[in-house]
Amino acid sequence: MSLGATGSPETNKSGLLAGSNLEKVLRAGHFAVTAELGPPQSADHAAIRNKARHLRDCSDAVNLTDNQTAIVRMSSIASGAILVQEGLEPVIQMVCRDRNRLAMQSDLMGAYALGIRNVLCLTGDHQSFGNHPTAKNVFDLDSIQLVRMVSGMRDQRVFQCGEAMKGPEPRFFVGAGASPFAAPVPFRPYRLAKKVRAGANFIQTQLVYDIEAFEIFMETVRKLGVHEQAYILVGVGPLKSPGMARYMKESVPGILVPDQLIERMNRAGAQWAGRKPEELSKEEKKTRSEAWKAEGIKICIELIQKVRAVEGVAGAHIMAIEWEEAVRPIVDGAGLLPRPNLS
Amino acid sequence: MIVAEQKTLDEIKTLLGDGRRVLVVGCGTCVTVCFAGGEREAGVLACSLRMACQLDGHAREITDVTVQRQCEWEFLDAAADQIKDADVVLSIGCGVGVQAIAERFPNTWVVPGLDTKFMGLPTEQGIWAERCAACGECLLGVTGGVCPIARCSKSLLNGPCGGSEGGHCEINPDVPCGWQLIYDRMEKLGKLEVLMDLQPPKNWQKSRDGGPRKIVREDLRLPHEE
Repeated sequence: MSLGATGSPETNKSGLLAGSNLEKVLRAGHFAVTAELGPPQSADHAAIRNKARHLRDCSDAVNLTDNQTAIVRMSSIASGAILVQEGLEPVIQMVCRDRNRLAMQSDLMGAYALGIRNVLCLTGDHQSFGNHPTAKNVFDLDSIQLVRMVSGMRDQRVFQCGEAMKGPEPRFFVGAGASPFAAPVPFRPYRLAKKVRAGANFIQTQLVYDIEAFEIFMETVRKLGVHEQAYILVGVGPLKSPGMARYMKESVPGILVPDQLIERMNRAGAQWAGRKPEELSKEEKKTRSEAWKAEGIKICIELIQKVRAVEGVAGAHIMAIEWEEAVRPIVDGAGLLPRPNLS
Repeated sequence: MIVAEQKTLDEIKTLLGDGRRVLVVGCGTCVTVCFAGGEREAGVLACSLRMACQLDGHAREITDVTVQRQCEWEFLDAAADQIKDADVVLSIGCGVGVQAIAERFPNTWVVPGLDTKFMGLPTEQGIWAERCAACGECLLGVTGGVCPIARCSKSLLNGPCGGSEGGHCEINPDVPCGWQLIYDRMEKLGKLEVLMDLQPPKNWQKSRDGGPRKIVREDLRLPHEE
């Protein structure tokens, strides 16, 4: 049943697989920075352009989520095409929940034709979380089979069915996710190794707040040699409030938030501690929120500096959910500006 | 077994429409074992319907019969006269039983009294859980006897998604993570290396996606008369 390794991927004349900016930055040995942009729950193209402003020149590529948390949003490919118009480089996310292999391949060709060069292959949250819980899901392929299909389209110039492609093939820099702390934890480095064996060129991880746990994960990853076959970008994100930190620790699978970080967030708002929300004026709430956010950004900067020191880490993926303006101060604070210009 | 659950009395009454002579048909196999549509349930349902119709002032004559196996035409013949006499047959067999009646008695109006849920087993008294999705190409040999199609909410073939936590699935803490079950079993059996194989895309043609399925066993067929 084993597919085995995909063989050595075929590069173009410049020695690149896809020639995306993200690929060039990583190949050149820079510590890469990617950010995340959530498309709007409407047909508002201006929303994408506005968010893009915050990410311009402070990230090497921008992830467009694909109906994340199973809530219907503008498509990641359409949003990615808007980013191309804006001169930013998109990483389109593609989940297995909503499309079968036919739709995925036609969308991949379309995305490539629109100038998109990076794709992140994900399983996708279950539809029961979102705003259409009665929907039928697809999961024709799983994320590993999707990685294999996208790299096969590029390297063997074949469709999933094995048929040869007649015209130019879509050449994507192929990404996959990794959730280092989801259960069963001992299997996670091995699942990552499967993704890389299926053809993943880069990895973006779930949010990491617990550096010690991440180092344990990376130890096995290095033992498997995975870091030498794919670029690993560590997911980081600024905390907005102690409540958000606690929620992520308690309710989001695969996210570990050390108590010490929650404590730091609490301390940032210590001035207002012990007072009920209804006792705080609007102005006080705002000031408290600013204090929390400043601490969240500070923590995020420290996390980037710490993961950067971990052997085998090639970059950071910053997920500032509905808070894109936090990305620039984070990247700046981490000493990662200006971004390399390799065009 | 096939596991089913009775529809609400209100829904059943709506399905019965104007039918005056109602025959409740139970089945002696799977739905008897899962207490949804056996002889006992047929009797109780007929009784409940009689009471409900009396309260509603709806004149109906409600009787019941249970056949040994609703999913084979021959077994339905035992109740043929009663079925033909009824204005409406309320089958409390599984979906196969309902259709077997419809096929065997082309002039009879038949409606379902059950919702057919899944193929599964009782895990404790009063609890049934899904085990097989009839995908048409069994993978249990590479997953330690735990089905990823039926027991992983996303039917993943290459390991757990990021939504597995503490042994349960992201959709609900009451749902065990199918891949955690697979992992635990493989670990116990010393076969974790099997999980490192890349499972190729599944051939869903063998499942319902290939259209209605049929098995032809030439060795068992009767000589065909021209």
